[in-house]
Amino acid sequence: MAIRPMINRDSRFFWEGTQVGELRIQTCNACGAKRFPPGPACQECDAYDRGHQVAVGTGTVFSYVVHRHPPVPGKELPIVIALIDLDEGVRMVGEVADVADDEIEIGMRLRVDFTKVDDELTLPVWRRV
Amino acid sequence: MSGLSGKAAIVGIGATEFSKESGRSELQLSVEAVRAAVADAGLATSDIDGLTTFTMDTSSEIAVARELGLPELRFFSRINYGGGAACATVQQAAMAVATGVADVVVCYRGFNERSESRFGQVSIAAATQVNTNGLDNAWTYPMGLGTPAATVAMQARRYMHEYGATSEDFGRVAVADRRHAATNPNAFFHGKPITLEDHQASRMIVDPLHLLDCCQESDGAVALVVTSAERARDLAQPPAHVVAAAQGSGRDQFVMTSYYRDDIGIPEMGVVGRELWRQSGLTPDEMPMAVLYDHFTPYVLMQLEELGFCGRGEAPDFVKDGAIEIGGRLPLNTHGGQLGEAYIHGMNGIAEGVRQVRGTSVNQVDDAHHVLVTAGTGVPTSGLVLSR
Repeated sequence: MAIRPMINRDSRFFWEGTQVGELRIQTCNACGAKRFPPGPACQECDAYDRGHQVAVGTGTVFSYVVHRHPPVPGKELPIVIALIDLDEGVRMVGEVADVADDEIEIGMRLRVDFTKVDDELTLPVWRRV
Repeated sequence: MSGLSGKAAIVGIGATEFSKESGRSELQLSVEAVRAAVADAGLATSDIDGLTTFTMDTSSEIAVARELGLPELRFFSRINYGGGAACATVQQAAMAVATGVADVVVCYRGFNERSESRFGQVSIAAATQVNTNGLDNAWTYPMGLGTPAATVAMQARRYMHEYGATSEDFGRVAVADRRHAATNPNAFFHGKPITLEDHQASRMIVDPLHLLDCCQESDGAVALVVTSAERARDLAQPPAHVVAAAQGSGRDQFVMTSYYRDDIGIPEMGVVGRELWRQSGLTPDEMPMAVLYDHFTPYVLMQLEELGFCGRGEAPDFVKDGAIEIGGRLPLNTHGGQLGEAYIHGMNGIAEGVRQVRGTSVNQVDDAHHVLVTAGTGVPTSGLVLSR
């Protein structure tokens, strides 16, 4: 069974977004700063007033790994996992689907897709542009 | 020199055997190590008035105190962030004895990390803990990034890309550790050195990390006795003075996944290093050796850079030609490290630092007047400089 994310009131908007096919990035309503991972206080202007924008869903591989051992609950090995610089300027970790372990490389362009785990959880996954 | 420098000393070290299945409880392992360390110091368990350990340790200070029959404790504390706590337990103890809050503080860490709770596996508990660490892990574990090796591999791949480092460069750390373990009778890999070819031929765990880039999983315990420099003069062993003891956390810090700052890496170890040099008044050039935390080889290279032994991206050259092996320019992990001796969350490395300062290591470095020891990497961490 897949590992489920811990969710609190600071991060719920993100997971509500994946359920409707949106990759949401926290934005500060006071200064406009974008932030991932999200948090309650703006790191730029200290404001607590925040919203989100929907990412266009494309990004570039900053780094990556190929996980071969040991088993990961809910996953078939090997898994390609990347650290992705989104075009909006934030970075996040994501599983990369449909890219072979010997094809993935830093600089590769990816686009987001979504995998429904069950009625409560949808995970972002990334595919080659 | 800071107010803490030289005020406290490690005067006793103790450990259980290092194995893959201890056959006894984690609490018993810790109690055995504490007793051994106190005996080494020439003290009695009744002299202990403080205990400190990791938040991850399953044996509370009061449980250890009960088994030791201690009537009272005046000081007890715990440090967070996995192996990053190791040297900070000694910092806690040093601050306690330097201020007179306690007289004799024992730092301990004991676990059945191979036979019971293996850290190398995906930890559902880590992903579901009800605190901000659990919330932070929501951005990695559900995506499949869920082992320590995987989190380090992400940093290692980027380091290779930026600086042209290779898997062989990482392998030189493993070769040095295993060479040192080979002559250490207490090491799990005693008598079992490896070559760079062995490293390259070992199976991939998480690309770019091979099996031999990853430390062991071990059962065992280590304890360290800390008291004031003044009291240390009258005890059984030559004291290892704590001339610097620092913790460090960097900007936008996470536990193993500080991926969101522009320059990823381990700047938290830079925080520790600058503070160690400030407190001690010493420099990297004055270190004849070091014990650098080695749960995974790439972070040993990155530590050399953060601590000021070489510039950014220069560690692959620094470790070439046996420089980090006994007889080289900066021998590292002369006990065999966590790849070779055992993985006791960095505490066995501090014990080796004490042996070097005493002059009793099985791989003794000439004139080891000062020894640098670091704690876990990729996490908020800590470090020590120990001196004669």
